[in-house]
Amino acid sequence: MAEVMERRRSGTPMAVPRAPVRPDEGAARRSLREQIAHLEGELGALFCSAYPRMGFDWRVPSRGGPRVLSLVELEELRDELADRLEHNRRVLGDRTYVEEFNRCRIEEMLLAPEEHKWVVIRNEDIGERGCKSWHVRPRFGLLGMLMNWWRVRISSGCPLAEGHGPRNP
Amino acid sequence: MIEPEVEVGWIAEDLAVEFPELRLLYMTIEARPGSSPPDVKRRLRTLADRYTGGKAVTLRQQAVPWAYRVFFRQVGIDPDENRTPTEAIALERMRAGGFPSRNLVDDALLIATVETNVPVLAFDEDRLSGPLGLRLAGEHERLGGAGRPLSSRQVVVADADRAVAVLFLDTAEGRGVHPQTERIRLASVQVKGVPDVSAEESLWIARETLLGEV
Repeated sequence: MAEVMERRRSGTPMAVPRAPVRPDEGAARRSLREQIAHLEGELGALFCSAYPRMGFDWRVPSRGGPRVLSLVELEELRDELADRLEHNRRVLGDRTYVEEFNRCRIEEMLLAPEEHKWVVIRNEDIGERGCKSWHVRPRFGLLGMLMNWWRVRISSGCPLAEGHGPRNP
Repeated sequence: MIEPEVEVGWIAEDLAVEFPELRLLYMTIEARPGSSPPDVKRRLRTLADRYTGGKAVTLRQQAVPWAYRVFFRQVGIDPDENRTPTEAIALERMRAGGFPSRNLVDDALLIATVETNVPVLAFDEDRLSGPLGLRLAGEHERLGGAGRPLSSRQVVVADADRAVAVLFLDTAEGRGVHPQTERIRLASVQVKGVPDVSAEESLWIARETLLGEV
């Protein structure tokens, strides 16, 4: 007691004895698992939005499961999922910007084909499935090139898987 | 004839603490493997017709397939590398253009999985001892007792004596159904987000298909 009074008088901060506290790892793990579930849901939604566009990487490396992951591993997994989600969102954002630009360009091509000579825009350039394309070509071949007669030729879609079948004799 | 009854498997305490909603359900039936009857083949064709590309793409947004994807992530499996059973079936459907019949057991498991999105496993009842459950693999443990070595703390399906399968991956040699099997133990694994009714329904559908009660 005398020592305490002495410390108070001298202004030295008192070291309050504390019982050792173990962090509740279970709560942290539960929280991380919920975050992982949430991120997985968002990745799933983004996957559906991105379809049928190709070139996205959805994989987040496995941890040699199935096993109970450590706290650090759960954190790393959460971070990697968040990074993957952010990256793919950015890529999709960039893609949709370019696709919108290409859609506008198709309209311009249709309005003034002579200003977009030889330009080709395919379905994949506007984020859609199929083999359709818009191609600015000269009307009547060489003559059209010389006369500056241009038009947009719209392809009729994907070739048939079986071909056109045998030709009639 | 064994009276069918859905039993709830045991879950090791350390695993139950980590995944409180994890459950293993199983049921034993007397059935022999063989080729599928026409009814089953017809049902496979009907199911294949219901599976369109659009449905396969949006699968991961449906509650039950999403729940398995989440569980795969939480136990350290990348579901885009090792597909969840439902997604693997969807992918195979897109690749093969249908569900070709393999044999009665495989067809029954596929039908049950497609109908409920809950994966079903099948074991040879006479090669199991005691009730089935889920636990973590021990140090230096081998799959099936003498199979490949298991990683420590890997999640396994086990009977009273040994690990009989790595959860959602491979089954121990000789523990699965083979041509001489007379009794089959069907098991389904329920994870958080999967309704009880779906987990039980998957077993009943597999049973009905195997017994020709479709």
